[in-house]
Amino acid sequence: MIEARNLSKNFGDRPVLKNVSCNFEKGKTNLIIGQSGSGKTVLMKCLVGLFEVDAGTVVYDDRNFTTMNFEKRKNLRQEIGMLFQGGALFDSMTVENNIMFPLNMFTKQPLSEKSDRVNFVLKRVNLENVNKLMPSELSGGMRKRVAIARAIAMNPHYLFCDEPNSGLDPQTSGVIDHLIQEITQEYNITTIVNTHDMNSVLGIGDTIAYIYKGELWWRGDKETILKTQNEELNEFVFGTELTSRLKR
Amino acid sequence: MAKVLHILPEIGNYVLLMRRVFTRPQKLKIFWNQLMLEIEQLGLESFGIVAFISTFMGAVVAIQTAYNITSPLIPMSMVGFTVRQSVILEFSPTILSLILAGKVGSRIASEIGTMRVTEQIDALEIMGVNSANYLIFPKMTALLLINPVLIVFSMWMGVFGGWLAMVATGLVSTSDYVQGIRIDFQGYIVFYAITKTVFFAFIIATVSGYYGYVTSGGALEVGQASTKAVVISSILIILFNLVLTQLLLT
Repeated sequence: MIEARNLSKNFGDRPVLKNVSCNFEKGKTNLIIGQSGSGKTVLMKCLVGLFEVDAGTVVYDDRNFTTMNFEKRKNLRQEIGMLFQGGALFDSMTVENNIMFPLNMFTKQPLSEKSDRVNFVLKRVNLENVNKLMPSELSGGMRKRVAIARAIAMNPHYLFCDEPNSGLDPQTSGVIDHLIQEITQEYNITTIVNTHDMNSVLGIGDTIAYIYKGELWWRGDKETILKTQNEELNEFVFGTELTSRLKR
Repeated sequence: MAKVLHILPEIGNYVLLMRRVFTRPQKLKIFWNQLMLEIEQLGLESFGIVAFISTFMGAVVAIQTAYNITSPLIPMSMVGFTVRQSVILEFSPTILSLILAGKVGSRIASEIGTMRVTEQIDALEIMGVNSANYLIFPKMTALLLINPVLIVFSMWMGVFGGWLAMVATGLVSTSDYVQGIRIDFQGYIVFYAITKTVFFAFIIATVSGYYGYVTSGGALEVGQASTKAVVISSILIILFNLVLTQLLLT
């Protein structure tokens, strides 16, 4: 479980996160939703330590991440996998080398074992025969799947996904969502997904945290979100023509 | 005054980044592979341009010197001497370093800057990799190793270009030219040139690495970072050239 306790973050004089407290449960797909600029990406970056918080603490299974030094964070980060918005694959490396990178960096496995692991995770994300391709030769959806394969190569305990569906068509988005959900349940990991895609919210939202203007505004799941009376959340959820028709 | 105050935090950030760069590589085998790759990309791929520029520059210095010797009291061997001195003392270490700041510096800044804006550096950090060390240290080590080789090669090509021009134009005979090259030669000037080159290589790699690493935004900012890296590296090379010349030649 990951706990965010009273997190606050300012950029200059502008507060971006205001006293956010939230638990993200193990074995579940925990969604952070909110409008663009609401602070959800900042919250995720604070959770993984890419931004230092101004106040509050982040706790990974009773381990206080905020007070850890670089060395301890380095060790903990080997338990973290992250899928970035654009995939963040290393341009200069083949798909195989991208996935093998954390294995090369942090394990002493022989090449054959590492190759087996690469093939296993690629198969897990339904990709085969792409080992020697460069990231520029892949489609958007394939790139996301390779990024997921790289994220799970080290058997992480925590998986972070920053807008995994951005730039993808609805069908491919569904494939990526279900892949994330399957991996979460299969390996019993704590997954946090940052999204504003309502298909994801209703499809995989085991728990949902709605961030509004830097504050935690609402907590629930994919069932309760449809019945909420929270005005701001309703505006967000039913803000499109399609969802408002569904509500009617 | 405001500009000076603006530079101070920049220097502070540069020093802080260098503290992260100068740490032991996390895996020596990966560092070695990176180093070999950088030597190839930043060094070996520069041999062509270095040979081209040095040969023509040596030729031009030789022709200009030959045409300006009008007094019969000055021997034509002075052409070889002048080419040697200008190429070894200034042209190869300083001018070529400025050219390499443009070629290599912009490459380093844009490569690292693109990695920053496409979140590849964040991906490294999340994995627990010291991204500053992983990205900048091999580039810096590669330049420190290969630039002196490039500069010595440039010296040879400059002197060779001068000879080629003299033979082609018939202004100075080969024996006069070679005699000039050998007049009062002191090995210390080569040491001086290589020392300068090592300092300049350090400036090119770390300043360009810094501007690439702190890039934020998109393609426009990557371009700006690349330009800034070349401009600041060039200014620092010119300044340190003066300081090092004063220190090493007096």
